[in-house]
Amino acid sequence: MKRDQAKFWDPYAGGMALGLVLLATYAMMGKGLGASGASFRAGVAIVHAITPKHAELVPAMASTLEDGNPLDDWLVFEVLGVIVGGLIGAATSGRIAREVSKGPTFGTSWRLALALAGGVLMGFAAKLARGCTSGQGLSGGALMSVGSWAFMLSVFAGGYGMAYFVRRQWR
Amino acid sequence: MIFPFESLSDERRAIGLGVAVVVGIAFGFVQERTGFGRAPKLVGQFYGYDMTVFKAMFTAIVTAMLGTVVLSGLGLLDLRTVEFNYPTFLWPMVVGGLVLGVGFIVSGYCPGTSFVAAASGKLDGLVTVLGVILGTLVYAETEPAMGGFQNSGRLGGFFLYQWLHVPRPLLAVIITALAVVAFAAATRIERLAGKRAPVSPTTVAEAGPAALERGSKKRTAA
Repeated sequence: MKRDQAKFWDPYAGGMALGLVLLATYAMMGKGLGASGASFRAGVAIVHAITPKHAELVPAMASTLEDGNPLDDWLVFEVLGVIVGGLIGAATSGRIAREVSKGPTFGTSWRLALALAGGVLMGFAAKLARGCTSGQGLSGGALMSVGSWAFMLSVFAGGYGMAYFVRRQWR
Repeated sequence: MIFPFESLSDERRAIGLGVAVVVGIAFGFVQERTGFGRAPKLVGQFYGYDMTVFKAMFTAIVTAMLGTVVLSGLGLLDLRTVEFNYPTFLWPMVVGGLVLGVGFIVSGYCPGTSFVAAASGKLDGLVTVLGVILGTLVYAETEPAMGGFQNSGRLGGFFLYQWLHVPRPLLAVIITALAVVAFAAATRIERLAGKRAPVSPTTVAEAGPAALERGSKKRTAA
């Protein structure tokens, strides 16, 4: 069977599948999906392994450590699943490749620097907003939370506002 | 009320963690297949040349929203229990959203999609994953100096149907109708922007993603 790497699901079919996964999660667990919460827990685990005293002094880290191992959490298991699911999706469509996605004329090291910088901004922002595009935007948005909709509109405002300045990395 | 199964977060926690892995796999798989693991597709919505992610994201919201209305209408789902987990803190959510949007277009991913990208071998995805971890730690270190901003605009559990004084099922139908209009507009935008796109959707569709990466490979080889 020939695999077409550029062939993706129809956006509406994909969106419906995503919505049903979210609905099933609400129904079973009483909460939605997430991502950045697991990133924070991984970070707390790293800091705690290096300097446990410091981790216990920082309030946000200490409250995560109160319940025991920061990695023993629902969201961490969910994100492990996301990684496995992403791997299966890519492997079965011939899309696994070690590469850097960017425009053809943009430098690789600059692209990686921007990926890191953007990641740092998003990690900070997701903690501030109590969730990222998954945990706040998608999961709170489908429940019609006012905060989630304000968050989502702000994400688009921030993205559109900044898009012009980083357009070269996609060219 | 049958749902949610509260025992999965309590005495049957181990089964709940198994559920986490299963829904995670489904979440990651659908994201990958819809194109969420590719930065050019994700950022396409901010330049207008590929609105896939916008369309899929809002279809997901509408689907889950209608689903919750139906399940709670049938008396199967206790929606209050779910809503309880989504309180509004307006100002940190607005500022966090703006900063996250900037980070999104700079990195090319959002925190969740960066995991999917990393899983399919994208080095920039992996670097974003590490950046997000670092960013959450920077937040934790600076939070005590924020003077309580993170708790400002506290509205508790506050939902659009309460704010607008419209019954939830009716508002769900209105939002669905608005989404359909937005999808039509998004398709128009794709047509208009496609002509001057940095990487046109036709290039991606016809030549395959290899065309997007060809430049990077050359550079790495050199």
